[in-house]
Amino acid sequence: MEIPYTVEIRRDTGLTNGKIGIWLFLASEVMLFGALFASYILIRTGAPTWPRGDSILNVPLATFNTIVLITSSVTMVMAWASLMRNRFGTFRIYMGATILLGGVFLVVKYFEYSHKFETGLFPSTNNFLAIYFTLTGLHMLHVMGGMAVNAYFWGPGAKLWKTNPEWFRNRVEHSGLFWHFVDLVWIFLFPTLYLL
Amino acid sequence: MQATTTTDHAAEIDKHVRVYITVFVTLMVLTIVTVAVSRYHLPVPIAVSVALLVATIKGSLVACYFMHLISEKKLIYAVLALTAFFFVALLSLPVLTHADGFYIHHQ
Repeated sequence: MEIPYTVEIRRDTGLTNGKIGIWLFLASEVMLFGALFASYILIRTGAPTWPRGDSILNVPLATFNTIVLITSSVTMVMAWASLMRNRFGTFRIYMGATILLGGVFLVVKYFEYSHKFETGLFPSTNNFLAIYFTLTGLHMLHVMGGMAVNAYFWGPGAKLWKTNPEWFRNRVEHSGLFWHFVDLVWIFLFPTLYLL
Repeated sequence: MQATTTTDHAAEIDKHVRVYITVFVTLMVLTIVTVAVSRYHLPVPIAVSVALLVATIKGSLVACYFMHLISEKKLIYAVLALTAFFFVALLSLPVLTHADGFYIHHQ
């Protein structure tokens, strides 16, 4: 049985079902991160003293990671634009770059985390680190999830391009929406955790 | 006719690509601005305001252009308006908690 409204637009919504689906999912993600941000505000404003992020965390590394993630957002949108121009080879290059940049982000994060653990800084050490590890850890899981989906579309999932290019374009657009959301969350995490 | 449509479509995508590159450069500049401002160790309320303002501009650029929200259908805007409402409600909870504490404190 064929899945309805993957390519054709629904007349009542003016959208494909996949597009509505991904936006509803992102709405739930906003609430998930929103709850954690609210907890952060509550704990921080309730604390008698609070350390500046840059006195504990590595700002140059996080700045580098911000640049990496923003660049990966551009390569992601370029991957989609390549499909819109029917250039599958270029899509593969941009999508591959997006996955690689996601990998670079994770490697940098690994070094950041291991340095903290080596110096005896754990989530249980204080509230600041508890919040730092929770928020960045959850974000990191999202990076991994996005990379897995993108890798699928770069590899085995790309077969769909031959049989139903329109559907494949839609799928890549939706995975892109998730990837940009992950970038967007980091844009807020970076200053609030590292710089304030 | 088909060839004209394809050329128009390609030109449209080229225009999009130019916008993506402009947004990318703007995001990089704003990232540098955020880090540079933090080095001045401004008073906390000002530092928070500046950091959140720059982050909001950057986030809006990503949402509007990379996520194509600038030209999306009404239903998506409706979903996001609802999300924004509950998001603000969620972030207001700590403020309400403080107001509550203030009230108890002054009883």
